[in-house]
Amino acid sequence: MKATETEIKINNLNVFHGNHHTLKNINIEIPKQKITVILGSSGCGKTTLLKCLNRLTDLYSNIKVKGEIIINGEDILHSKEDITDIRRKMGLLSQMPYPLPMNIYNNIAYGLKISGRNKKKYLNKRVEYYLKQINLWEEVKDRLKDPASSLSLGQQQRLCLARGLTVDPDIILADEPTSALDPVSSNAIEELFLNLKQHYTTVLVTHTLRQAKRIADYVVFMYLGEIIEQGPADEFFNNPKMDKTKSYLGGTSN
Amino acid sequence: MMTKKTEEKIFKVLMILSTSIIICCLLLIMGTVLIKGLPTLSIEMLTEVPQGGYYFGKGGGILNAIVGSLYLSLGATFLAFLIALPVSLYMNVYLINKNKLLNLIRYLLDLLWGVPSIVYGAFGFIIMVYFGLRTSLLAGIITVALFIIPIMIRAMDEVFKTVPRGLIEAAFSLGSTKSETAFKVFFKQVVPSVVTAVLLSFGRAIGDAASILFTAGYTDSIPTSLLEPTATLPLAVFFQLSSPIPEVQNRAYASALVLILIILIISVLARIIANKNNIKTVVNKRFIYYKNIRNNYNLSYKKRAKTKNKLKY
Amino acid sequence: MNCSFYRSLRNNISSAWMLSCLLFVMTIPLLIGIGLFLKSSLLLENNSILTLLFSKTWKPLNQNFGFYPFIISSIWVTLTAIVIAAPICLLTAIYLTQYSKKYFLKIMHPVIDILAGIPSVVYGVCGVLIIVPFISEIATIFGKHSSGYTILSGGIVLSIMITPFILNILIEIFKNIPDELQEASLSLGATKWETIKFVLIKKASPGIISSIGLGISRAFGETMAVLMVVGNVAKIPNNVLDPGYPLPALIANNYGEMLSIPMYDSALMFSALILFVVVLFFNIISRLIITKLEIY
Repeated sequence: MKATETEIKINNLNVFHGNHHTLKNINIEIPKQKITVILGSSGCGKTTLLKCLNRLTDLYSNIKVKGEIIINGEDILHSKEDITDIRRKMGLLSQMPYPLPMNIYNNIAYGLKISGRNKKKYLNKRVEYYLKQINLWEEVKDRLKDPASSLSLGQQQRLCLARGLTVDPDIILADEPTSALDPVSSNAIEELFLNLKQHYTTVLVTHTLRQAKRIADYVVFMYLGEIIEQGPADEFFNNPKMDKTKSYLGGTSN
Repeated sequence: MMTKKTEEKIFKVLMILSTSIIICCLLLIMGTVLIKGLPTLSIEMLTEVPQGGYYFGKGGGILNAIVGSLYLSLGATFLAFLIALPVSLYMNVYLINKNKLLNLIRYLLDLLWGVPSIVYGAFGFIIMVYFGLRTSLLAGIITVALFIIPIMIRAMDEVFKTVPRGLIEAAFSLGSTKSETAFKVFFKQVVPSVVTAVLLSFGRAIGDAASILFTAGYTDSIPTSLLEPTATLPLAVFFQLSSPIPEVQNRAYASALVLILIILIISVLARIIANKNNIKTVVNKRFIYYKNIRNNYNLSYKKRAKTKNKLKY
Repeated sequence: MNCSFYRSLRNNISSAWMLSCLLFVMTIPLLIGIGLFLKSSLLLENNSILTLLFSKTWKPLNQNFGFYPFIISSIWVTLTAIVIAAPICLLTAIYLTQYSKKYFLKIMHPVIDILAGIPSVVYGVCGVLIIVPFISEIATIFGKHSSGYTILSGGIVLSIMITPFILNILIEIFKNIPDELQEASLSLGATKWETIKFVLIKKASPGIISSIGLGISRAFGETMAVLMVVGNVAKIPNNVLDPGYPLPALIANNYGEMLSIPMYDSALMFSALILFVVVLFFNIISRLIITKLEIY
């Protein structure tokens, strides 16, 4: 494996939900243009970690975040830059697809319109481009004006991925994006991640070990808010160092 | 960029303004009733019935209306309870697996809830005439009971819905009959919430005037039987206010104060019971069940995922 | 053996009792409709429904029953109330669910509940004491002479009365929008306000429309408070500063005279029927919108 640049550097991140210490001393260096998988059982703080990355934690008044998250040499947790500009650098894909309450076309165009690009011709071209990128164009090109919720769950999730790509992010954050989908749709999403990895840094949260094995370049294993072990995928899976990791890998590989 | 921010700011100001308007309305109403009503309120007002010349400003009180209102509301609440409890039990024990039917029933109940009380009043009047009754406590009780039945059922139903299904199934599997399940297992679980629902309906019953306008009549004495007409507080307020004599008008304000105090006490009681037992007061939140089939799916999905995970690890 | 016999007997009896209660409750709307219709049939036999609804003369003693002024008054009062209440409720609901701290919403819940619990005569009393003189002042500023007992006063009182009702529904609706939708929009670089404007309101729009519909049906049937401030003059109002005479007030004001003239009695029952039908209509439509019309 060649040496890689670091896209996101997390230093001493601590998160509190009220009195509950959800994330304890998190230190991660997330490599650029690779797929980093955050692995662990539910409730271990994976999703919270992901939300810290684009500061969606701001929305919840009972969550306190301490530490540093450095992207492009800047600590986004204490940045003076406009929060919307920080978020725009990251596409978010959540557990369930949440298409915006608009038609398919506008779901893609929304991000573009928000950032002030309103020209019809340009929008048409971009919408087509992004829909093609997620292999959805052929399926929906005749019904772009239909509500996005009329698509199947798998299609919706792909649409949400495309929606996230429209604002030219450097990073894709994905929170168990396939857990609500059938195997075929899951595979489609996984393939998309593999295709997109040359352009984007991907951070994927999952609890499916097999999925992690299939697509991970770098693995972070968390348990109860702490990082137990992290490292490049082949090393992590073939030669785990910690007991907890071993039992986790052993317990589910059957 | 600048305009985006200013637009948000303008709307934020408007939002805070609207919120404060609502709070001010409440304060204004409470304040007005208190300031206008308190000076006239006296022991005599509360403990005596109107005497001769009361409506020209002479002595007496509104005991007839206070007692009449309590009789009427207690009677109506009791009658409504006799019908509402079995209905909501039936819905949640017998029909628990028939979601479509249940939703239809709830839909109908909500429609009934929306029917204005003056229509109930007119309907009560028709029934009264049909059965050859005159304006009386009984006719008033029947009318108000009809009016609060849907409220009471839905208030109970919202809480009954939250009783875990496993409990019912466990009771069945232990060999209880359905009615035993309904009354022994189910009812015991929900007694506090039933009390809350009953109190809330009672509050509705005592405050409403339009439904009893035709049916309960009005009299200066305290009714001694169900067939006598009765005075009620809301109507006492209404009639005294339409008098041209200032003293009588002042008594209307005092009566309004008494009415509002009774209702406040009831709703505080209901709230205390509800909070103690962790019940959501649901009377005004009847929209929940229509919404978010998708959310429910989500929730159950997440739960499943969680349990699956735990098993795995 | 004996014991189980009694148990099953008891089970059967109480089951039957519960079922019959349910059936009884289910027939109430039907009974109301039929009862009111039968009672108003006398009037309907002697007049065509169109004359009743659109004739402008109301002279019960001459057998002239034109409901037009009352219907128009009802519509004016209701619309005034909705025009005032709807934006206030919408803005407040957005503020409470999106901007304010959680504890503030907790404080507001009892405020809303108490407002909802205040009996309508008390609203009427406050209307007479505060709003009527206020409107009278306003009218003189506009160079009109008005007692203050006007459509506008009725509308304002009504708007306060239906506010807790609409607000509760709206808060519930905004609360039920999944957080993830907001997160999705925010992570596309939208500001909070843009998210509210383009995504949340749109998502909530069926709910907003139906909450307004339910508010209308509530306002249309409200009696006592409106009756006390609206003036009760059976003329067609020209503007909101004219007095009006809505349908519920008509029924409530004339209940004493009902029995003496059968046709009059029938006419009042007919207005109750109109109320019943209109309110049911708005209720049904609103609920259909929120359940079926989830477009996106």
